[in-house]
Amino acid sequence: MSIDKDKIKHISKLARISLDAKKTDTLAKDLSSIFKFIEQLNELNTDKTEPLSSILNEPLRSRGDVVNDGKIREKILENSPQKNEEFFVVPKVIE
Amino acid sequence: MSELTKKSLTEIANLIKKKEIKSEEVTQSFIKNIEKDKKLNSFITKCSESALKKAKDFDKKPKLDNLLPGIPIAVKDLFCTSGVKTTAGSKMLENFIPNYESTITNNLWNEGAFLLGKLNCDEYAMGSSNETSYFGNVMNPIAENTVPGGSSGGSASALAADLTPATIGTDTGGSIRQPASFTGTVGLKPTYGLCSRWGIVAFASSLDQAGPMTRNVEDCALMLEAMAGFDEKDSTSINKKKENYSKNLTDKIKGLKIGIPKEYRVEGMPKEIDKLWENGKKILKDSGAEIVDISLPNTKYALPAYYIVAPAEASSNLARYDGVKYGFRSSKGNNLIEMYENTRSEGFGDEVKRRILIGTYVLSSGYYDAYYLKAQKVRQLIKNDFDQAFKKVDTILTPSTPSSAFKIGEKKDDPISMYLNDIFTVPVNLAGIPAISIPAGHDNNKFPLGLQLIGKPLDEQKLLNIAFAAEKKINFKQTLNRWWEK
Amino acid sequence: MSEKSEKYLISGEKGKWEVVIGLEVHAQVTSNSKLFSGSSTKFGAEPNTQVSLIDSAFPGMLPVINEYCIQQAVKTGLGLNAKINPYSVFDRKNYFYADLPQGYQISQYKNPIVGEGEITLDLPTGSKKVGIERLHLEQDAGKSIHDLDPSSTFVDLNRSGVALMEIVSKPDLRSPDEVNAYVKKLRSIMRYLGTCDGNMQEGSLRADVNVSVRKEGDTKLGTRCEIKNVNSIKFMQMAIIYEAKRQVELLESGKSIDQETRLFDTKKNETRSMRSKEDAHDYRYFPDPDLLPLNLDKKLIEKIKKDLPELPDEKKERFIKEHSLTPYEANVLVSEKEISNYFEEVIKTSDKKLAKNWIMGDLFASLNEKNISISESPVTAKKMAQLIDSISSGVISGRTAKEVFEIMKETGEDPKKIIESKGLQQKSDPKELEKIIDKILSDNQDKAEQYKSGKDKLFGFFVGQVMKESGGKANPQLVNEILKKKLK
Repeated sequence: MSIDKDKIKHISKLARISLDAKKTDTLAKDLSSIFKFIEQLNELNTDKTEPLSSILNEPLRSRGDVVNDGKIREKILENSPQKNEEFFVVPKVIE
Repeated sequence: MSELTKKSLTEIANLIKKKEIKSEEVTQSFIKNIEKDKKLNSFITKCSESALKKAKDFDKKPKLDNLLPGIPIAVKDLFCTSGVKTTAGSKMLENFIPNYESTITNNLWNEGAFLLGKLNCDEYAMGSSNETSYFGNVMNPIAENTVPGGSSGGSASALAADLTPATIGTDTGGSIRQPASFTGTVGLKPTYGLCSRWGIVAFASSLDQAGPMTRNVEDCALMLEAMAGFDEKDSTSINKKKENYSKNLTDKIKGLKIGIPKEYRVEGMPKEIDKLWENGKKILKDSGAEIVDISLPNTKYALPAYYIVAPAEASSNLARYDGVKYGFRSSKGNNLIEMYENTRSEGFGDEVKRRILIGTYVLSSGYYDAYYLKAQKVRQLIKNDFDQAFKKVDTILTPSTPSSAFKIGEKKDDPISMYLNDIFTVPVNLAGIPAISIPAGHDNNKFPLGLQLIGKPLDEQKLLNIAFAAEKKINFKQTLNRWWEK
Repeated sequence: MSEKSEKYLISGEKGKWEVVIGLEVHAQVTSNSKLFSGSSTKFGAEPNTQVSLIDSAFPGMLPVINEYCIQQAVKTGLGLNAKINPYSVFDRKNYFYADLPQGYQISQYKNPIVGEGEITLDLPTGSKKVGIERLHLEQDAGKSIHDLDPSSTFVDLNRSGVALMEIVSKPDLRSPDEVNAYVKKLRSIMRYLGTCDGNMQEGSLRADVNVSVRKEGDTKLGTRCEIKNVNSIKFMQMAIIYEAKRQVELLESGKSIDQETRLFDTKKNETRSMRSKEDAHDYRYFPDPDLLPLNLDKKLIEKIKKDLPELPDEKKERFIKEHSLTPYEANVLVSEKEISNYFEEVIKTSDKKLAKNWIMGDLFASLNEKNISISESPVTAKKMAQLIDSISSGVISGRTAKEVFEIMKETGEDPKKIIESKGLQQKSDPKELEKIIDKILSDNQDKAEQYKSGKDKLFGFFVGQVMKESGGKANPQLVNEILKKKLK
């Protein structure tokens, strides 16, 4: 299946990655050939196969309802590109 | 001892335990090699000063009953190391200094080792030649301007060039085994869940596994023993008793059955690879193993299935890189959405963008069933193939890679040709089973090639034993003329 | 708008319209720590102090599920008479927002932990069954604060990762009153179970409201709009009224409804379209590969079922039978666990009829007046029982009790103390009363004669005079008895 430029624009919006016209073109070509390769899978009839739900044959492990984390505000904020003492700071959201 | 860096990890550890050498000496030797390197570009961050200090501290009060006493080890820059920059080979994390330590590296330090440096890798572990790193290409010590493989290219290169006695990498589709094959070293991908993923920058969660990269199988067993173990912070970590892989290592493999899958003989495969494969069969037969022909019918669908599942998971795992909490933030953008789009556009390289878009697409509405769900079904079929095969055999022998190392830039413009590097390694990740690559010989260009042994889940000991036996008989030798120091 | 008759209908220009409402309620799970991390869930903490590396999505972080939250969801499902699914899966819901550090929310999509159920609403027009579609567990998001700075948004991740139960109703609700009853009932059930405190001011309970309209008598569902994140019942009702009218006006003018997400503007009292629509709905759900599927042990579900406390509906039936309450009275007294507990404690020792009247009457009035809950009232159950016993035993009259109560509700004093310190005890000594009565009768001989010759109404006059003479403290029953005897 060929992936056209509009599709690339739509997906890049979903993925929050801005692309210029040239990049959009290249990616459309790249993805088209990759998808052509991927489409080999259609040769297989998988109607009666269950999808792999988990690679492990183990039950989901759980933890007890204990508070043993948090209270590390400085650590949490110290890597942020923009912050004040209490919050993460980002450009204004338009709702 | 100038030849100290040529000794194996096991030898060095034993010498330190016998007090015949000091950690400072060992560390100094490797630092010298690191400093002499002008071309490989295998290190992103060198920790020479702190490593030397830790070596001296160790020598003052040596704890000799650990597995890796006083050993300096450089690790792939995908493992979060507290207080030390962890970049994942990306501009996005160029200046990221985590204040926490990954479980795997913590396990190594608990066994007496300490950090020598962070090694270059393909960006976010996406690549098969270490040509996608923001910090530049890595060269393969076997020849200038050849790729070391990827994504653990920096690890394999540093290891082969004696810049670190051993190292660890991660393997999602072959990123430990393929570089091992390209550089003439040993690389193991453990059973999914044997090694904790906590603190490792995530690429594809259901496929990623950390593993040892060493110069020989004995070292590999030692490293795996130090790394492996249950981690309650990782919900996909297997709760099993620790094993003594190095103590129980043996080359007695009589009676074990080795499967040869016919589907791994692909069209156009170089004759040298076939020859080495045949040689491998013969060697194992001579060691008392039985060779059995088997079939893994869905092998050819592994790579397309991988290129749906891995990018899908990656597109979601990389959504957290948004410039808000840590990492790079673009200065362009008047509102939140623009900030996101510019940050991710400037922060991510081309291959990462490609895979995020593929992943976003295959999960998007209307396409989930045709792609992601289909790929997960194919994955089940591939796993079934291995389950069936392992009813008849103990281990499976295949080539590691369809070719030896290629020139830098040779495959960069053709993504598919790059992806085909992983054709023999990818099925293993999809099935979650362990596999090891050992050097098997050289091709006509004198470039190394590897053989892969694939094992049953949690059967690492048997895998290591068979690899150990084969390695002895293959007697692979690699002398490099250290051109990177000139 | 509409009359309070059987059906709630909107009168448009061209006819009557029915409103169809479905609610997606988000209820914060009562637990010490978050769904996938060990951070605290306490309300009101300093910003970003209840945040771990996992909650803020640092590289390499992984989720581990909180066992207790699973149990709370199962409990709630059982309280909704719903099917508990032994197999369920956690999926990633992918979208970008400042308060969503992972860039995805761990939720449940195709395989939720709880399936279909049903609850019964108590409406003035009778009871109505409302279907539950499903209940699933998911992570809450953090908070974005837009008004602290003109060009920036501040992000607090304290709430990020707290466990939520999303309870989806079937589109069975038909009026703002039904919505009120539904939310109240849901809240009551969860408070009885202890699975959610239902505190809407603190954000423990919020809802997305789905509204569509159709012509009266139509059976097909119209296009619906979703009004997101409404955090009070009053706002839900206002939003529904506005939105239904908006849709009716559009349809009657020949236009169609766009299926979209809207916000309720509490200041302008209207709904408006959210600007970030379009791709907002492509969440690209897939099973979270950092977790495994959840398989619930049948024995665990059985044990939770066995240990369930008595729920409002059961309690109501029991109250009607055991305590001779009317359905209305029972409803009121079971509406909150604290109220039913209070009532049951009082009637352990005291008269049931007096108890129900005093609780539903004077006590509730005092709570409304002070805007407090029954647990905050200075009039504890023990003290209320004491007061009622004082009436039953004749120590004080009903009228005096009201005086005493006025003091109790302000000071929380023991009724006994109040009665003693103010000397409010009834005069119940027959000899003493006789003396007073004799005096009144002798002072009013002419009226006594009139009464004896048939003017029955004068009885009240004598009672009044005795009361006055005794300073209001004469035991009315005894006064009646003695007077009657003396006036024969």
